[in-house]
Amino acid sequence: MNNRNRRLDVVLALGLAAMVLVPWYRIEKGFYAFSWLSDFPGEPEVAPGFLQIFLHGRIWLIAVLFAFGLAFAARLTVDPMLRGKMLAIAGGFGVTFLALQGLAIGMTGFTWTISEKMFGPLADGQPSMGAGAVLSAICFVLMFSLGLAERGVMRGDAFVVATISMLVFLVAVFVFYPIGSMFIGAFQDFNGSVNFDGFSRNIVDPSIWSFDCVIGGARCGVAWRTLFLAIMTAAGSTTLGLAFALVATRTRFPFKKGLRLLTILPIITPPFVIGLALTLLFGRAGIVTEGLSSVFGIEPNRWLYGLTGIWIAQVLSFTPISFLVLIGVVEGVSPSMEEASQTLRADRWRTFWRISLPLMKPGLANAFLIGFIESMADFGNPLVLGGSHGVLSTEIFFAVVGSQNDPARAAVLAMILLGFTLSAFLAQRIWLSGKNFATVTGKGDSGAHIALPRPLSIGLHMIVIPWMIFTLVVYGMILFGGFVKTWGLDNSLTLAHYAKAFSITFRDGSLVWTGVAWNSFWTTMEIALIAAPLTAAVGLATAYVIVRQKFAGRELFEFALMMSFAIPGTVIGISYIMAFNLPPLEMTGTALILIACFVFRNMPVGVRGGIAAMSQLDKSLDEASMTLRATSFRTARKIILPLLRPATTAALVYSFVRAITSISAVVFLVSAQYNMATSYIVGLVENGEYGVAIAYSSMLIVVMITVITGFQLLVGERRLRRENRVSGLAKPILPVLSEEKTA
Amino acid sequence: MTTNAGSVTFQNVRKSFGSFTAIHDLSLTVEPGTLVTLLGPSGCGKTTTLRMLAGLEHPTSGRILIGGKDVTMLPANERDVSMVFQSYALFPHMNSLDNVAYGLESSGLPRRQARQKAEHGLELVGLAGMGGRLPAELSGGQQQRVAVARALVLEPQVLLLDEPLSNLDARLRRRVRTEIRELQQRLQFTAVYVTHDQDEALAVSDQIIVMKDGEIAQQGSPRELYEAPASPFIADFIGEANVVPCEVIDVSGNEATVSIEGLQHIVPARGARPGRNQLAVRPSAITLEPAETAAFPGRISHAAYLGDHIEYEAETSGGTLFIVDPSVDRPLAPGTRVAIGLKNRGIAIIAQ
Ligand SMILES: Nc1ncnc2c1ncn2[C@@H]1O[C@H](COP(=O)(O)OP(=O)(O)O)[C@@H](O)[C@H]1O
Ligand SMILES: [Mg+2]
Repeated sequence: MNNRNRRLDVVLALGLAAMVLVPWYRIEKGFYAFSWLSDFPGEPEVAPGFLQIFLHGRIWLIAVLFAFGLAFAARLTVDPMLRGKMLAIAGGFGVTFLALQGLAIGMTGFTWTISEKMFGPLADGQPSMGAGAVLSAICFVLMFSLGLAERGVMRGDAFVVATISMLVFLVAVFVFYPIGSMFIGAFQDFNGSVNFDGFSRNIVDPSIWSFDCVIGGARCGVAWRTLFLAIMTAAGSTTLGLAFALVATRTRFPFKKGLRLLTILPIITPPFVIGLALTLLFGRAGIVTEGLSSVFGIEPNRWLYGLTGIWIAQVLSFTPISFLVLIGVVEGVSPSMEEASQTLRADRWRTFWRISLPLMKPGLANAFLIGFIESMADFGNPLVLGGSHGVLSTEIFFAVVGSQNDPARAAVLAMILLGFTLSAFLAQRIWLSGKNFATVTGKGDSGAHIALPRPLSIGLHMIVIPWMIFTLVVYGMILFGGFVKTWGLDNSLTLAHYAKAFSITFRDGSLVWTGVAWNSFWTTMEIALIAAPLTAAVGLATAYVIVRQKFAGRELFEFALMMSFAIPGTVIGISYIMAFNLPPLEMTGTALILIACFVFRNMPVGVRGGIAAMSQLDKSLDEASMTLRATSFRTARKIILPLLRPATTAALVYSFVRAITSISAVVFLVSAQYNMATSYIVGLVENGEYGVAIAYSSMLIVVMITVITGFQLLVGERRLRRENRVSGLAKPILPVLSEEKTA
Repeated sequence: MTTNAGSVTFQNVRKSFGSFTAIHDLSLTVEPGTLVTLLGPSGCGKTTTLRMLAGLEHPTSGRILIGGKDVTMLPANERDVSMVFQSYALFPHMNSLDNVAYGLESSGLPRRQARQKAEHGLELVGLAGMGGRLPAELSGGQQQRVAVARALVLEPQVLLLDEPLSNLDARLRRRVRTEIRELQQRLQFTAVYVTHDQDEALAVSDQIIVMKDGEIAQQGSPRELYEAPASPFIADFIGEANVVPCEVIDVSGNEATVSIEGLQHIVPARGARPGRNQLAVRPSAITLEPAETAAFPGRISHAAYLGDHIEYEAETSGGTLFIVDPSVDRPLAPGTRVAIGLKNRGIAIIAQ
């Protein structure tokens, strides 16, 4: 009881602080500037909650006070069941009311006509939620959890209930609320009033849906082009991935290690870099183009800028991912199946076509769908190579930032894109659930895979070797390109691009970061460093509740999280600006929105890694800890977390790296004050400053390789000899990372 | 180490997992300072019962008391019990000393004191000086002892052990069970011990609670269970028995005369009344004589030589009997006709 009172007291004190000590509404200049302190608490802009109610006419907030009052009454109640009920009601009501009033009452009064009809017009509206409101919401979620815990939910474990409630709350605010806002945004005017014009105009827009290209016209609608590109990319990367996987596992190819190294490339490569390198090779002023024109007199043209170029770039980018998925699939075919087939008088061809390949079918489908989703979501390559006629993701971007400035169109396009990727995701789920003939049995399959039929083997080598060389050339271009003066015109070597981006000078005895890249570089590092631990924490906490706790709706929760994988970054970006640009939550232009975006975009990876690692930890370890008087918080900190160290590190590194390389969501969310490296590079490309852009990109790649290697060395292996219960956890980070990328 | 023995009471406890009821209506009492075994076939609900006592599961209905205090809704970490897990569940990243000190530190003991007590705990189980080793660097038996020490140093009111010997090899099992029993008698703590092995249960327990399908089948001292089984299930489960139908002809005082297939025999009465009844006959209580005709005839259908005894199966009019015969010098071949006789000990009327 004592313990329970203590934690309730903490929550109540927090609630009191939320009402009395901090401004209720958002401070324009930023809370952490603390300039509000001088006006606090008198001025209406910075007044705390309770003064807002009694002095500044925000009379509806009295309901919040009422909820806190109920919680206080619960503190004085002895009967645990009643007390739990009161707390749960206070918390549930409080958070629901806060959300509703925030949505219903905007800057100038009621935003919903229905509430205006019910309560009459309001004299004054309210700005966005600030420290006080946010803190109150958190308190209410905690109260709700404590109440449920006291009623015996989750075996009365307050830490677990609070973790679950907090996660559900955060996911609701940062994933479902933005997506919901985007759907509503499709039906709204710029000023927020309901208007179906934008939606109906866009949803039938021929530039999206036309079939002109089929009947001989100029080009098809952007939706069809995107779909076509995604299918082509998926087919290309799956075929190549399978070729690579077969060569890596079923032949005596000499550079297998090198092949495996390929798989980490997509993780550390900012997505548009491949496109950029291709321009340097095949663009109008590219080396190959110039060479061909001078030797054979072939006129340089712009064939690269369009679907063909994007397709090549995407196949280059996503083949490693597909390779990684398929290597597991190819190795998963039990050798004994193939041996059985051979003893049944089948030759190598027949064995391959009738046994091995059919057994790999689900894996191939999986790789295809991953390629499909990745291509749909890709933003960087189409931006660099697509020119003005891009794909859905770039169209969305231009619908908001360009001269069109048509948020309804952006929302409609985003809905279409989301429709495609979610269908693919669902198809993948349904397909995989029915047909899982994984033949890895754990029974210690002996025997070796049979060799490939000779002609097939030769054919595969003829695909794989040139492609490998091509990839090496492309990456070579990235490293080399930064040292060339002007592509095509003046190919002399120079350090000027690096100097422009990263120069440092001493002036008046102090260091001055004069390079143009430093500003965005440090912002990127700072935001990535803040986002990484948060991502890991949220991801692992989620994995913990999904693996270790049984609660109503757990499967739905897990499904929703995994589904958020299939939401393209562009959609996230557009939904974030639609959700967080106006009250009740205003975050655009701050570092916060970037951090939130990274955390909730990369979290599913942490979740997957955490789930995989945690399912290998015997549950009796947690239980032993619990029977040894440890609270579940102590158990998580002392037992689970140390044993999950490899997964934790992987999540940290992955989210750090992703925060640096991602572009699709970021371009919507950056501001002059908080510009990120990738969006700065894209800006350079748009201005034609290829040299600096390439120099900056290769710098990022080098930084990320350094970080990953550093982490790898730092973590090392844990000392858990001969302990098979947790064996297999101490994998090096990189494989874990790259597996997660495929998820 | 001081003792702090508490009693355990279950009052009408029921536990369901979804629509499946694992424990139906369990009421039991464990006296302070005794070692009580929950015995039963796999899946009968022993672990579930133990986990409810530990607070790792909460009963669907009913009450649980430890040391007279209602703990039904108390979470595991607030209960004054500790548990030795079947898998030991030693924390693989902590050495044995840290493992043993973990519970003490969780209870708020300062680190130094916790370590001192932990050293003492390791000493108690004969592992002095092994504190620096990781679990992976200990043998199975040593791991098991660390797990016991870890639970014991908390001086719980009740110590719970879930099949603590099942991961040890047969030879070690006998030794460790003796050690556990000695420790319990020396320190006088209350222990609830789960096992599916009746030998183990007979060897260590003050009281045995036999469970079947989520209910108590019989409760009593080892001797009571062996000598006065309450049902054919108990008779067969505790020490194996042939259950044969019989007719109680006459009861006088403590003795009853029974007739089995025409063979008359005198057994302890245990409140039996004349009429049809059942008899538990231990395999070693049956004698075999080669004979063409007999009061209780049989025919050997199967024989297996096991060194110090021979196991027979014999077909009789009362069904197939399982017999253990120590006279290995005179083996009977399958097909031999025999006269079946009964010894004085090892035969009991099954109480109805
Ligand atoms: N968490 C659970 N969910 C569903 N059924 C369970 C759970 N735990 C145990 N059971 C079921 O309850 C019954 C008793 O299990 P248990 O107590 O583990 O048996 P045992 O006597 O072998 O230790 C079994 O049929 C088991 O399948
Ligand atoms: Mg069990």
